[in-house]
Amino acid sequence: MGIREKLEELRDQGLADIQKTADLDSINKIRVRLLGKKGPITNVLRGMKDLSAEERPQVGKFANQIKQDLQAKLDEKKSQIEDDLLQAKLQSEKIDVTLPGTSVAQGQPHVIQQVIDQVVDIFTDMGYQVAVGDEVEEEEYNFEKLNLPKDHPARDMQDTFYVTPSILMRTQTSPMQARMLEKHDFSKGPLKMISPGKVYRRDTDDATHSHQFHQIEGMVVGKHITMADLKGTLELVAQKLFGDQLQVRLRPSYFPFTEPSVEADITCFNCMGKGCPICKGTGWIEVLGAGMTHPNVLKMSGVDPNVYGGFAFGLGPDRFAMLKYGVEDIRDFYLNDVRFLNQFDQKG
Amino acid sequence: MKVSYQWLNEYLPLAKNGIKPAALAEKLARTSVDINEVSSPKDGLKKVVVGLVKECVPHPNSDHLHVCQVQVSDDETVQIVCGAPNVAAGEKVIVALHGARIGNNVKIKRSKMRGEESNGMLCALQELGVSTSVTPKSDDEGIWILPDDAKVGEPVWPYVGMDDTIIDTDVTPNRGDMLSIYGNVNDLSAIYDLKKNFRQHALASEDGGPASDKVKISVADDKIAPVYKMRVIENVKVADSPLWLKVKLMNSGVRPINNVVDITNYILLKYGQPLHSFDYDKLPSHDINVRHAHEGEKLTTLDDEERVLKANDIVIAAGDTAVALAGTMGGKSTMVDNNTKTVALEAAIFDPVMVRKQARRLDLHSESSMRFERGINPETVETALNEAAYWLTQLANGTVDQGIVVGNQSDYPAKTIQMSTAKVNDTLGTDLSLADLLDIFRRLDFATEKIDDDQFKVVVPARRWDISIPADLNEEIARLYGYDKIPSTLPVMTRTLGGLTDRQRRLRASRHVLEGLGLDQAISYSLTTVAKAKQFMVEPQDVEPMVLSYPMSSDHVATRMNIVSGLLNDIAYNHARNVDNVALYEQGRVFIPAGGERPREEEHVAGAVTGSLYADNWHMKGDQIDFFQLKGIVEQYLKNFAVNGKVEFVADSSRPEMHPGRTANILLDNQQVGFIGEVHPQTAKEYKIPETYVFELNLEALLKADRRDKHYEAISKYPSITRDIALLVDSSVTNADVVNAINEKGGAFLTDVHLFDVYEGSHLPKGKKSLAYTLTYRDQNDTLKEETVNKAFAKVEAHLTDALGAEIR
Repeated sequence: MGIREKLEELRDQGLADIQKTADLDSINKIRVRLLGKKGPITNVLRGMKDLSAEERPQVGKFANQIKQDLQAKLDEKKSQIEDDLLQAKLQSEKIDVTLPGTSVAQGQPHVIQQVIDQVVDIFTDMGYQVAVGDEVEEEEYNFEKLNLPKDHPARDMQDTFYVTPSILMRTQTSPMQARMLEKHDFSKGPLKMISPGKVYRRDTDDATHSHQFHQIEGMVVGKHITMADLKGTLELVAQKLFGDQLQVRLRPSYFPFTEPSVEADITCFNCMGKGCPICKGTGWIEVLGAGMTHPNVLKMSGVDPNVYGGFAFGLGPDRFAMLKYGVEDIRDFYLNDVRFLNQFDQKG
Repeated sequence: MKVSYQWLNEYLPLAKNGIKPAALAEKLARTSVDINEVSSPKDGLKKVVVGLVKECVPHPNSDHLHVCQVQVSDDETVQIVCGAPNVAAGEKVIVALHGARIGNNVKIKRSKMRGEESNGMLCALQELGVSTSVTPKSDDEGIWILPDDAKVGEPVWPYVGMDDTIIDTDVTPNRGDMLSIYGNVNDLSAIYDLKKNFRQHALASEDGGPASDKVKISVADDKIAPVYKMRVIENVKVADSPLWLKVKLMNSGVRPINNVVDITNYILLKYGQPLHSFDYDKLPSHDINVRHAHEGEKLTTLDDEERVLKANDIVIAAGDTAVALAGTMGGKSTMVDNNTKTVALEAAIFDPVMVRKQARRLDLHSESSMRFERGINPETVETALNEAAYWLTQLANGTVDQGIVVGNQSDYPAKTIQMSTAKVNDTLGTDLSLADLLDIFRRLDFATEKIDDDQFKVVVPARRWDISIPADLNEEIARLYGYDKIPSTLPVMTRTLGGLTDRQRRLRASRHVLEGLGLDQAISYSLTTVAKAKQFMVEPQDVEPMVLSYPMSSDHVATRMNIVSGLLNDIAYNHARNVDNVALYEQGRVFIPAGGERPREEEHVAGAVTGSLYADNWHMKGDQIDFFQLKGIVEQYLKNFAVNGKVEFVADSSRPEMHPGRTANILLDNQQVGFIGEVHPQTAKEYKIPETYVFELNLEALLKADRRDKHYEAISKYPSITRDIALLVDSSVTNADVVNAINEKGGAFLTDVHLFDVYEGSHLPKGKKSLAYTLTYRDQNDTLKEETVNKAFAKVEAHLTDALGAEIR
């Protein structure tokens, strides 16, 4: 057998061995056995010295070719085995993706806070400032300066927690009207403010009454502020809070610090005005009180009602949240059952 | 006020103009006063007709039932068993036929009563659902007897006024004028621009002697009763009122009593003018004095209650004996009864505030007091008095004495208000012409006088006492023009920037930090018990909280001086409902008395956590909250708050509500700004809560502190070198001691000291613990050399040994 035949035999045998291999270890062993320095090919090539000068380069070239073929086959096989191993590993790593994810800790803003923030954002976007007042107020600011003198029947509508005859838990956020009117420098432009916060009434807590709740007061005072502006402003807020399709209607009402005074109803967002239990079949839901600032209020705060005028409104975030989310018991807002709090986790 | 649609129609052609009750109510709500309810007494009732009792015999098997043959239509007579004592042949009665539905949703079916067939039921008004608070006394005693002219077989409704529709209005305090039919007619006439035909009855004759011989009146103080008048009516026959009057009263929610009382109530409803009738002969004296009560004076009122009066109450006295609470309720001793012959009839205006206070104090709110409180129309006091006298002649056969005895008569001049068309439009955002405005006032029946093309005068009638300035007339214009027609615009004015202040923005952002760290925002009650108000103060001090004068409940009497106690109430609420993982925070006010009239209001934030922040999971168990988890939250919160000063946690064992070994005060630049720790197990027991960790921070201090700037520091290009060190120290040595010591001698390149292990236990000598730290060194500008670090590190090691007696391991 010539060298060439021996080499061919080695190649065929090698390729067959590689083909049969199934693990990386064997592949490595075959590589060392066939292509190593002490391997059969090297051995065969040692016999080259007996060949003629013409044959030697040809056989050399042939031998290198065989080495390359075997190497290529080894590489191919190795990569195939590695691939198989990886596939098998991946198969074995399969998980049940329907198992629940690991719990993370995330708290939620209180639903009333969400309503307040939402309303505040609507107004700050329109250039309103936010004025936060004290919860313990002077009677003068809570009542007198809002055109509610002592013995005014409207005081009966608000049962008050007094601390002393002149100090009380504020019954409304309206004292901020007087305080801001006094503070504001009208030479620098109109006053546009919104004032959210807690208020207190001497009520027995039940599903619809709470001795503590929230209000958001709003006020715009400047030159040439009209009732149409009030209507437009309320419409905008109602639509941003409850939906574009909603309309606002005004009804006469009475607040000592506004004249004319109105209640604002919005189209029932539940039935879109068709009539349903939420709106008691009327198609409308009462959402806030408003009106044109009473001249006496301006006067008492040192603002000339002949030059300046404006509007004010007050809305109840508790009531908004009850309406918007179907909360039936106002006490739920202040008992802080985490199963309640965690329901309001929608963001944006 | 319960306003009868039929009564309104007597004076205004509403039905004739197709204005139905529901539409009317809607219009009132949109233009005038709120509406509680629109309903008809016959709502939900059916098959109730007029019947004629043809025959009535005793039931053979009963000692009180009767078997009646009742004609219920021209050609049908049915047998009905009836238990009423007043049933008799020849009577026209109310018959609920088989299949009828009567009050309380009761269905009438044919049945047998003790063996006798009964094809329906003879009814009293109560059985038709009319409230017993308004049915006449006679209705309690048996079935209702219809007038003889009632037509057999016809629905019974018109004969008892049950076909009327009642519009129940909710009158705001400024619209006292709407507490009468007269006021409603005026307003509706303006709203619909309908001609009104309000019928008044003038007194035709005064056939008695001079009334001034019968009574003398003195009013102690003009303020008590600006108007006080009386008439005397003799020869009165007290009896039942006619049906039309009873029906009007019942439909207005007033119970018919007898003709004299019913007439006064009728006038009250018609004019809004409360009247009071005294039995003249029972008056202990005929010198009538209107005065303040004597302190402690006693008076038994009509409802049989003995009232002990106060000096600011107001009474009508005969001689010096109080006989009525002015404007509120009459006295029992002088009330009109079946034997009354002579009536002293009072029409007055009492001071609204005095009446209101008296009614409130005695909890005696009546139809009368409500009207006095909201203002009486001075124009109709005498009209009402005269019309009442007229009805007493008509319905009680009375003889009216000559003249009205006047105790007091104040002037109520009409108010004239000057208006500007331009100003009206500038306020309402409308584009109304002067003519439009004048027309609105014409509809209201307010006289006007045009001054020029812009200005005009409006004369406001006294019945609208609520109107005194142009803004009040703006409201009249707006409501009658229609709020719906006012356009919607946004204020056009100088641009204002607005937005949140720095403080408001930081408070809002810091809330989101705590939410991101797993705490739900709570809003608890600011009013709590005195004991709870005083607990958990950031700066404990011996101070009493502000307390309410008249709290409503013993749980809410004082303003809180901490937020934590409220959160513990919340945890208790959750725990009682088997919710064991609760993590709450609250940002809000605390009220610290500071010597002034009002307490200092501080914004605080507090947190309370019990159980685990993470719910147990199939592959990870939630760790129970401990001091260090909560501390991590507080540290992150403070980091985000970016105060510039030095924050320290200093062990504190002085707070009685806190675990003495697991509590730290939080200091910012040596000033106490908060605390953190475990609630004392004893306190936890009192709150009925499990192991709970809490913190509270005074945000005023944090908001005032200098702020760490937002700026970027280049990341060093040069590598850092770390050295680990393990120390054996006495157990009393704190981490803070070690870190301070390391930093003290750390050298310029020490950038971080990181604690990575703490061990205390059986492998160490008693009273010792092991702490292990990684120290990181870095030079911002150059590659650090090993030997530089070695030198620096050796200094630290030496210092730890010297200063803390540490054994380097």
